[in-house]
Amino acid sequence: MSLALARAPITATDRARGRAADGPLVRLEAVGKTFANGTVALEGLDLAIGRHEFVSLLGPSGCGKSTALRLIAGLARPTRGRIRFEERLERGDVGFVFQEPTLMPWATVHENVRLPLRLQRIARRTAEAPVREALAMVGLAEFADAYPRELSGGMKMRVSIARALVTRPALLLMDEPFAALDEITRLKLNDDLLALWRAQSWTVVFVTHSVYESVYLSTRIVVMAARPGRIVADIPIDAPWPRDENFRTSDLYNTLCREVSAALRRAMAS
Amino acid sequence: MATTLEQPTTSLPGAASEAGETAARERVARILAPTAIALLVLIAWEALVRLQEIPHYILPAPSLVARELVDSWPILWPSLLITVQIATLALLAAVVGGVGLALLCSISKWIELSLFPYAVVLQVTPVVSIAPLILIYVDEPLTAVVLCAWIVAFFPILSNTMLGLASADHNLRDLFELYGAKRWQQLLLLRLPTALPYFLGGLRIAGGLSLIGAVVAEYVAGTAGTGTGLAFRVLEAQYRLNIPRMFAGLFLLAMTGVAIYLLFSALSWLLLHRWHESALGRER
Repeated sequence: MSLALARAPITATDRARGRAADGPLVRLEAVGKTFANGTVALEGLDLAIGRHEFVSLLGPSGCGKSTALRLIAGLARPTRGRIRFEERLERGDVGFVFQEPTLMPWATVHENVRLPLRLQRIARRTAEAPVREALAMVGLAEFADAYPRELSGGMKMRVSIARALVTRPALLLMDEPFAALDEITRLKLNDDLLALWRAQSWTVVFVTHSVYESVYLSTRIVVMAARPGRIVADIPIDAPWPRDENFRTSDLYNTLCREVSAALRRAMAS
Repeated sequence: MATTLEQPTTSLPGAASEAGETAARERVARILAPTAIALLVLIAWEALVRLQEIPHYILPAPSLVARELVDSWPILWPSLLITVQIATLALLAAVVGGVGLALLCSISKWIELSLFPYAVVLQVTPVVSIAPLILIYVDEPLTAVVLCAWIVAFFPILSNTMLGLASADHNLRDLFELYGAKRWQQLLLLRLPTALPYFLGGLRIAGGLSLIGAVVAEYVAGTAGTGTGLAFRVLEAQYRLNIPRMFAGLFLLAMTGVAIYLLFSALSWLLLHRWHESALGRER
């Protein structure tokens, strides 16, 4: 049961050093995926994701960004090429957040968050502390006994994120997690996610179709094009931290958004 | 009640009690309105019989039926218990068989492909036409009658449970896979809870059908059957032209059906009201 409960929090300087020193966490090598109906979802995908990066996969629908995420998660197998992890990842080292909250409606918030631990046969008593901690992280400590029905869309998504965090994953994969939420809730969750990411030691791969969201959140944006799904641009976002409302209204933010938008337009034209 | 917790409840002081009053009034209406209809029909019926002087062997007045119900209670009540016993046994067997076969089908595509068509054949063949054969081949009358009722009750449970077991959310399935869930964990923690509302829907249908099945089987069995169930008493009353007792028997059967339906509705509410859409009240 290798639940890395004792993984030490890593500071910003550690993170910077770690990125320089270590190899990438995940490496996709010439990955291709063809579905049973003949659709080529991905072709010749080369991508290395470093430790503690916040990488956004940005592209029009049908560019295979979600497929790439599923391949990294091991939920699908690549037809060509291979995916290599730097170290052997255990169950629970990868967290996944879907576009919908994907909660079990018959279970309380607490039980939903406990699910990953339960599936690993971790005793209820041992799971208590990590579940509480994960719920506290997303600000839902008082709602442990509520049912998903009783929560708003934004709160459900927080539960979903808490569930992904409860195993303390090294890699967090997020598939357009905030796409279905309203603007105000989305901005709030963006800020909360960034704060968590900066405080914790994980790597995030974030699929989105929003230029503004990706620029705000990421250390790096990978722009993808469709038919077949492939990478057309890899843009580092070297904006300073912390990012907040000031960043969102800054000239730098606008410039970066314009640059990424241009790359996205080229991707859609090609 | 489905309230959004994030929103502060800043309704006007009068609004809550007003909403409560509306709900209470609706509950009262739910009972009063059908009762009023029943009373009106009974009064009209009683008046028709008395004014037209219709003989009781053609159409008995409700008052006569009520008296018959009381008078022949010592005969009808034990018979009702037997019919209920048959229906209960058939329903239990239907739950075990239906859920069991649904689980087998969900485990193996081959089992589903080979057995499901026969379940359909069993369902679409009218039980009235199978019952005489069953009565020939099965010696023990009670077993034969229960078997007939089982045939009718079993299919809704099978098909609903199968649908439920196959309806698990795809993303949740992915999530279970991601965390390395074993097959039994997926069944226990995902498929069975997903199937529960479907199963309960099937159970509510099967509950009524098991009673119908029991009655049909008793009719077909006639004196060859157990010879003591409520349906048999109704049949017997018909031979003796005791029309009031026929009505009394029918009334008891109908009430039993309603009771079964209410019982399973309550069970459904008990199990689902915290989470399932079907059992939640809507805030307006």
